Amino acid sequence: MTEVMPSETRLGFTLNGQEVTTTATTGDRLSETLRERLGARDVKIGCNAGDCGACTVLLDGAPVCACLTPVHQVSGRSVETLAGVYSNDPIAQALAERFQDHGAAQCGICTPGMMVSAVALLRKETAPTEAAVRDALGGVLCRCTGYRKIIDAVMARPAPLTAEGDHVGARIRRVDGLDKVSGAEVFSDDLAATGMLEVLVIRSPHPRAAFQFRDLDNWAATTEGVVAVLTAADVPGRNVFGVIPQFVDQPVFAEKETRFRGEAVAAVVAEPAVIKRLAQSDFPVVWEALPAVTDIRQAQDSGAAILHEGRAQNVMCGGFVTCGDAQEALARAYVTVEGRFNSGFVEHAYIEPEAGYARMVGDRVEIFAGTQAPMMDRDSLEIILGLDGSKIRIVPTGIGGGFGSKLDLSVQPYLALATMKTGQPVRLTYSRTESMQSTTKRHPSDIQLRIGADAEGKICGFDFFGEFDTGAYASWGPTVANRVPVHASGPYQITDYRAESKGIHTNNPPAGAFRGFGVPQSAIAQESLFDRLAEKLGMDPLEFRILNALENNVQTVCGQVFAQGVGIRKCLESLRPAWARERMQAEAFNNAWDTRKRGVGIAAGWYGCGNTSLPNPSTIKAGLKKDGTVVLHQGAADIGQGANTVIAQIFATALGVPTKGIVLIGPDTDVTPDAGKTSASRQTYVSGAAARLSGLALRAQIVQRMNVADDAVLRLDGGSVVARDSGGRHLLDLAALEAGEDGFVFTAEETYDPPTKPLDSNGQGVPYAQFGFAAHLVVVEVDTRLGTVKPQKFVAAHDVGQAINPLLVEGQVQGGIAQGLGMALMEEYIPGRTENLHDYLIPTIGDVPPIETLIIEEPDARGPYGAKGLGEHVLIPTAPAILNAIYAATGARICQVPATPDKVRAAIKALEK
Amino acid sequence: MVRSALKSCLNGLAVDMCRCLHIIRMQTIERLGPLPYHRPTDLASALRLAALPDRKVIAGGTDVFPAAAQGQRFETMLDVTAVAEFSKIEISDSEIRIGAAVRWMDLIRADLPAAFDGLKQAARQIGSVQIQNSATLAGNLCNASPAADGVPPLLTLGASVEVASAAGGMRQIRIEDFIQGVRKTALQPDEIMTAIVMPVPPAGAGASFEKLGSRSYLVISIAMVSAVIATDAAGVITYARIAVGACSAVAQRLSGLEQACIGEKPGSVDVTADHLVELAPIDDVRGSAIYRHEAVAELCKRAIIGAAG
Repeated sequence: MTEVMPSETRLGFTLNGQEVTTTATTGDRLSETLRERLGARDVKIGCNAGDCGACTVLLDGAPVCACLTPVHQVSGRSVETLAGVYSNDPIAQALAERFQDHGAAQCGICTPGMMVSAVALLRKETAPTEAAVRDALGGVLCRCTGYRKIIDAVMARPAPLTAEGDHVGARIRRVDGLDKVSGAEVFSDDLAATGMLEVLVIRSPHPRAAFQFRDLDNWAATTEGVVAVLTAADVPGRNVFGVIPQFVDQPVFAEKETRFRGEAVAAVVAEPAVIKRLAQSDFPVVWEALPAVTDIRQAQDSGAAILHEGRAQNVMCGGFVTCGDAQEALARAYVTVEGRFNSGFVEHAYIEPEAGYARMVGDRVEIFAGTQAPMMDRDSLEIILGLDGSKIRIVPTGIGGGFGSKLDLSVQPYLALATMKTGQPVRLTYSRTESMQSTTKRHPSDIQLRIGADAEGKICGFDFFGEFDTGAYASWGPTVANRVPVHASGPYQITDYRAESKGIHTNNPPAGAFRGFGVPQSAIAQESLFDRLAEKLGMDPLEFRILNALENNVQTVCGQVFAQGVGIRKCLESLRPAWARERMQAEAFNNAWDTRKRGVGIAAGWYGCGNTSLPNPSTIKAGLKKDGTVVLHQGAADIGQGANTVIAQIFATALGVPTKGIVLIGPDTDVTPDAGKTSASRQTYVSGAAARLSGLALRAQIVQRMNVADDAVLRLDGGSVVARDSGGRHLLDLAALEAGEDGFVFTAEETYDPPTKPLDSNGQGVPYAQFGFAAHLVVVEVDTRLGTVKPQKFVAAHDVGQAINPLLVEGQVQGGIAQGLGMALMEEYIPGRTENLHDYLIPTIGDVPPIETLIIEEPDARGPYGAKGLGEHVLIPTAPAILNAIYAATGARICQVPATPDKVRAAIKALEK
Repeated sequence: MVRSALKSCLNGLAVDMCRCLHIIRMQTIERLGPLPYHRPTDLASALRLAALPDRKVIAGGTDVFPAAAQGQRFETMLDVTAVAEFSKIEISDSEIRIGAAVRWMDLIRADLPAAFDGLKQAARQIGSVQIQNSATLAGNLCNASPAADGVPPLLTLGASVEVASAAGGMRQIRIEDFIQGVRKTALQPDEIMTAIVMPVPPAGAGASFEKLGSRSYLVISIAMVSAVIATDAAGVITYARIAVGACSAVAQRLSGLEQACIGEKPGSVDVTADHLVELAPIDDVRGSAIYRHEAVAELCKRAIIGAAG
């Protein structure tokens, strides 16, 4: 018998215990069918190629990638998704509790894949080993957590949450975690209805190309299902966007010539079935490849084509900081070291590709998409669409990771233009390759650095020159250029300092914001050379750093003096026990092994929280309703890092009511004030400070109204506030009060802007109101014959001022380390060659070893309850610590990341000669 | 048993073939939407459908879907996973036979001689559990990637593939002859693979697989080596099969090294450049040619020791 299925066929299977039937077409993937025909949007599509595992479902109990499963193969079988196992299986329900207890879901986009894979394991083994967990989850990538909390949750390791109270300092579950573990969270691609018009962006196949359209009108008219074609001619406002006003240079659609591979030239709006069948080559455009500059040396040659008028030699801009006299100090230094260090493009590789949908509501455009900067999106669209901001609404959805790249526009202008042109709702989801080709990257770097030290081991002269490939457009390149010279010193006392940076345009993808804004690159150079200096001086590398550590009341290289809050010495000192212990153990290991060698490395870092010498206020609004509900307009985009929880904890502490029960309203630009962008590790500090002021202001109104003492204990009891002070118990009936237009009987809206001052021509000034500090220790094992490097353990000390929520602090630390590990050992984006998650490698659950987090709390006078930012700090010391550990293990100095096995082996081989 | 099924299906072919082609012709004329998806449940039907023009065979889908570009229209698909005979692993006195729809996870769970341990180690390192649950051994061979993890261990087991067509009947081809180049096999347009067949390995032979990649899980190998080794009572190598992948367009057995192993103890085998003449590694994003050459020598030593252990 043969089962001949016509091109469209009906088939039935069991989905989460229910019989379903669906229409299947040849080539349909199970993932697509589940999401688009059967409404199972809890199945996430991250790569559509089996490389990320986000779409994992259970087929007859066995985990498979739904994106690789022909839907025809599930006929008559059982399919389970996260929502199904969460509803039906007590194992999944218990796991969901543990995921929340451990903070094992950050952004949550990988969580469905992780959890169903774990459920399959736990159904067979009730107490799996860590190795079994790694094997079971090795096929699901996570970019946020660093995997350790996921392992803890699956293995049911203890989760010591704070038993009483949920204010600042309490280790509590994230307030928005339940939807992430039950499959209910709505991400960027989860809101659009099936059947909606879709957009396909037409992109340049060449790094630089001239192009000409054929007859677009005729093509659109004669291609069935095509509703509209968009090009630069369809941009009603200005065809340009960017994030830094002086450097707005990127067109929505290239005109005449493209500047990087993957740049948009047009977009097709059509029925979904048409989009599905539309190849890039079907679009009527003729390309002419032009000579491209793809490295920064070539780009600065006098003969190189200039990408942007007015930017001579393709130099976008530079940054400069100097104090004392670096050359004179180096001349008199007892020892000097120098080196040149290189890094390549690093891809953010969030598991959720950019997506969204847009619709017209009257004469207003509404855009639903994941973003790190809703108000900036609106401001940019004002210019592109030629519309007043009041006509644009940005509604951020759940977001499956950002790490800096989702600060920039991606799908938004195409969605807005398409819905405005057609009048219909439209949908756009980037493919993985499209996401990787067209969105920003970490800047490749080429850094030359020379550092001296005196005979006592104090730094004596520091001369830094770094060039950064900013790609075809500026994006956040100027920020990188500015930040690097300020931070290149590391958290140390350096009196004779010179640091210069340049951002260079090439025909590469735009480099923009990525966790650390250039500082991870400069830290590789500085922290590697610090190890060499210590060695030359015959000093212990840790003690050398402690000797030079920045202190309170000592000038930074920008001439800034902090009277308090400088916690780097404490971070470094906290590593002393591990440093002694781990080095002894490594030595014992190395005595026993021939071709496997272990080494221990350390590195430190610092990072200024918030914009560099620019205003960056956050506003937080809150109110109390008649029914006693406290509403917090939480405008800080939570991209998985936990702003919803941290800001709520700070606000609740200030108001004096429990965090639990506060109702959050997100950063919808129509209803929530601007809490700024989620970048520069500023939300805990800046939006947190605004939330504290808002909580205090709301409390002051209530206390005043009730005429009770300032320190009265407040309690919300249904529709009334109960206050208890030395005068006894007081009651306020909220129902009796008059509510304003928001429905609030009390409301507060407060703004905080960190106090900074501009930098002068020597980079002297007050760039940041606070810095956070970090020091990492890592043990690596190197297979000296193969050059493979396997980190064994991290100890990470972070001065966070005050841990608002230690669980989330650990989550940031572990996730940042995983990204730093990837940058150090495996990640390099090469246009045209690593444009997918198959060839572009990020760490898997098998690559991240145990991480011990040492939370250092040196309070900052400006931070809310002393808190400092944390997100970017983590990634900064990781890579240099790993490189230093490779040296300790093998004697090989690696100056170029990623330190892939071939590079490490070549360096070891060079020593053998 | 499988072969007799094959013969019976060949006999009854002519009539069915017409019916089938008729369906296809209609689809082609309509040119609306994609072409049909066939999921035969018996060998005879599978072979009949294999004769259809421009059909794409699909099993686990782990290579077919990732290769699909935006806008790609799928050809007529021939899903071979429901053919009952294809899902079997059969062990007889003379051979071990792995059906064309056997998935890597089926292999991991199968009770097989120790000489298959290298193949099983490779299976556990192919992609992820998700991939192992879907992908088939046969698909790994038909895809003919130079970095296919399944090929070196199958070479060390002396495997052949059994392919069949309605018109040409069945033939067996050694893997060395089946995989002809990058993405190129000896499959004729009307043929499909029906099984992978291996002789019973020498008694007491052990096996190993050494994979070199830049991360754990979900990683394309920079290089990999598989070995099947038997030793005598004194621990001296009496039988050696060693194969290397990702260091040439098609994975290669290292015959010189195999011969050099005989009479040596596993730990004392020296791998020289002469032993690697079959290889022609290239530079790519995963590693340089020089590095591959050097790493392979080390992997060979480890694989020999591991297989003998």
